[in-house]
Amino acid sequence: MTALPRAVDLGLIGCRVCGLVCRNVAGDERLDGDGVGDAMACPRCGSALRRRKWNSYARTWALLIAGFILYIPANVLPIMRTASLNDIDDNTIISGVVELWTAGSADLAVIVFVASIVVPMLKFLSLGMLLVSSRRGSDWARPQRAKLYRLVEFIGYWSMLDVFVVALLTALVRFSVLSRVEPLPGVIFFGLTVVLTMFASMSFDPRLIWDGRNTDD
Amino acid sequence: MTEDSRVEQDPPSRDALPRPVVQQRRFKESLIWLVPVLAALVGLSLVIHNWMQTGPQIVVSFQSAEGLDAGKTPVKYKNVVIGRVKNIRLSSDHSHVLVSVALEKSAEGFATKGTRYWVVRPRIGLGGVSGIDTLFSGAFIGADVGESNQSQDEFTGLEAPPAVSHGALGRSFVLHSEDLGSLDVGSPVYYRRIQVGQVASYKLDADGKGVSLQIFVDGPNDRFVTASSRFWNASGVDLSVGANGLKLNTQSLAAVLAGGVAFQDPPGPHDSTPAPQDTSFQLFDDRATAMAPPDGEPHYIRMRFEQSVRGLAVDAPVEFLGINIGKVVSVRLDYDRKMQKFPVLVGAVVYPKRLGSAYDKLEALARERGENPDLSRTIGRLIAHGLRAQARTGNLLTGQLYVALDFVPHAAKATFDPDAKPLTIPTAPGSFDKLQEQMANIVDKLDKVPFDSIGKHLDQSLAGLDATLKQVNGQTLPAFKHTLDGVQQTMGSANEALSGDSPLQRNLGATLEQVQRMARSLRVLTDYLGGHPEALLRGRRADSPPTVQAPPNPPRQEDKP
Repeated sequence: MTALPRAVDLGLIGCRVCGLVCRNVAGDERLDGDGVGDAMACPRCGSALRRRKWNSYARTWALLIAGFILYIPANVLPIMRTASLNDIDDNTIISGVVELWTAGSADLAVIVFVASIVVPMLKFLSLGMLLVSSRRGSDWARPQRAKLYRLVEFIGYWSMLDVFVVALLTALVRFSVLSRVEPLPGVIFFGLTVVLTMFASMSFDPRLIWDGRNTDD
Repeated sequence: MTEDSRVEQDPPSRDALPRPVVQQRRFKESLIWLVPVLAALVGLSLVIHNWMQTGPQIVVSFQSAEGLDAGKTPVKYKNVVIGRVKNIRLSSDHSHVLVSVALEKSAEGFATKGTRYWVVRPRIGLGGVSGIDTLFSGAFIGADVGESNQSQDEFTGLEAPPAVSHGALGRSFVLHSEDLGSLDVGSPVYYRRIQVGQVASYKLDADGKGVSLQIFVDGPNDRFVTASSRFWNASGVDLSVGANGLKLNTQSLAAVLAGGVAFQDPPGPHDSTPAPQDTSFQLFDDRATAMAPPDGEPHYIRMRFEQSVRGLAVDAPVEFLGINIGKVVSVRLDYDRKMQKFPVLVGAVVYPKRLGSAYDKLEALARERGENPDLSRTIGRLIAHGLRAQARTGNLLTGQLYVALDFVPHAAKATFDPDAKPLTIPTAPGSFDKLQEQMANIVDKLDKVPFDSIGKHLDQSLAGLDATLKQVNGQTLPAFKHTLDGVQQTMGSANEALSGDSPLQRNLGATLEQVQRMARSLRVLTDYLGGHPEALLRGRRADSPPTVQAPPNPPRQEDKP
């Protein structure tokens, strides 16, 4: 409590749109931006005034869980069908990685593995960890957690790699009987997973990392 | 700037700041939890869908997993996918592979007893091509459902597709044959050259002495298989040369190449009630044998040939007076210690019934005499009359022999034991053998001609001749040339003498002229004497004025010497 004051300590709240600083209706916990109660609005531009992103914990958790649920069929169901003259091959993400590896393209296998398996899993773990630790108000490694969050947000787009590969191949490899690539339902689930995790990381408010009972520097 | 300073300067003057508008929230509860609920629902629906579609899991064992691919190879019935291979593993004793198949929910009926599974691979045979689509799509497992409702989850896969699918109309029959020939599962069955069925399976008889074929004749043509139907192997080409010329008899081209079975009722009155399911028939080698009246009981006979039987092969015919009564079944070499020879033992099977009424009469005769009307007795009597077995040349080109039972005139007396087993027929050397013998004799005699000394003498004579010729060349010929020169000289002088302006020629011309003149006067004389014959006596009359020609003539006459 000896640290520098935050806006909330001073009873202030800023409009994110027009920059007007308003009085936080102090003591009214209901109106705390993180709550689910009535919302404050900027008296000048009318946009919602929030101390933190609205309902950040719940939204992030919900999207993260939804993403994780969809991540299961995304991995179990085949994402791509490669049909050639005498062979029809349905590949799941992991079987594609294995196939690439055994075919000798270890580099490609690593890229696909990292983009499709490691990154989403890291996202789930990181976001989950961030949510839990922020909720508990832990003051453990706050700057690193903040960095981790930024990394997660940045890396999120690249998880769509698999979806792009399937979309590109489907469009390009269309040689009728000879060879054909078709997307299979798995890729939809995978895309949904990526989108949901991106939303989840967007709805997480990194300021929550710093909202702790014990504030330091 | 001013704001900054104000914030810095009077943080307590918070009340001067505007107060936010408080809005009533329409939804108190967060709707965001609908997203994971929705995701969970989708996931759940997938699980339920999957669970609903999962049928029974069965295990099929095959000899090899060739062409099968875990997770990919489908199981099809009537070309509809009813399941998929889940995994493939070796059996515990490594003798076969166990293929786990996940059947679909709708295909539960295929996990019952009696269902057959086999791997459909491309098969290209002479009888046709099957499974050609699997060249591109990869092998799949074919299924044929049984009738039973008893569920079963372990099956033994067939190595070849079953020729007859379950529930097909028709009847199956069993054929017995000595060997399989060119028949195979799927070989066609013909009735009047129309394909009416196929060979469903074959197996060796338990004693290994024959082959049993199961054929399936499709309905409604199965009614043509009667109790007296004859089946024969329709493979190959039947070429026969008869009095009517060359006759080529085949079934379809496919049957020629791949083999087939044909059946028909024998001509004449016969039992034409349709044969019941699984009736056994004999499979004959060709149509002629199939249609021939039954051969009756076969008898084994043995013949002992002293001479070479090169060209006598197993299956060579045995003929009695030109009628085929059996065939050779074995040709073996023996060793006779006493004679130090290698006789050839030829075994044959004969069907005396083929002799027809002759045999019946012989039998009747034997009965009349009160003898045992057995083949051995009958033959014994015939042998006493000179019946002998001969290995004769059937084909001069190929030198193939056949065994002829024939009456040989002046045959040497042979011992015959009618009780011996097997029956041994005495043999006589064949006509060709005799010819060979005679040829050998001639050759022997030729051998005795002293070609060596003849050659030597001839050589000496030739040497003498050579010397003579040398002499002729050295001496006689020059002398001869000399003589010829002399002759030429003589001829030249003769030529000279005879030339036109030679004195000889001129003298000769003058002489001839004289002779001519003399001849003329002689004629005048004769003419005169013709007219005056008295002149010979009286001389010429002085006064003969009337002859005008006379005066010139006498001087000419006087000119003559």
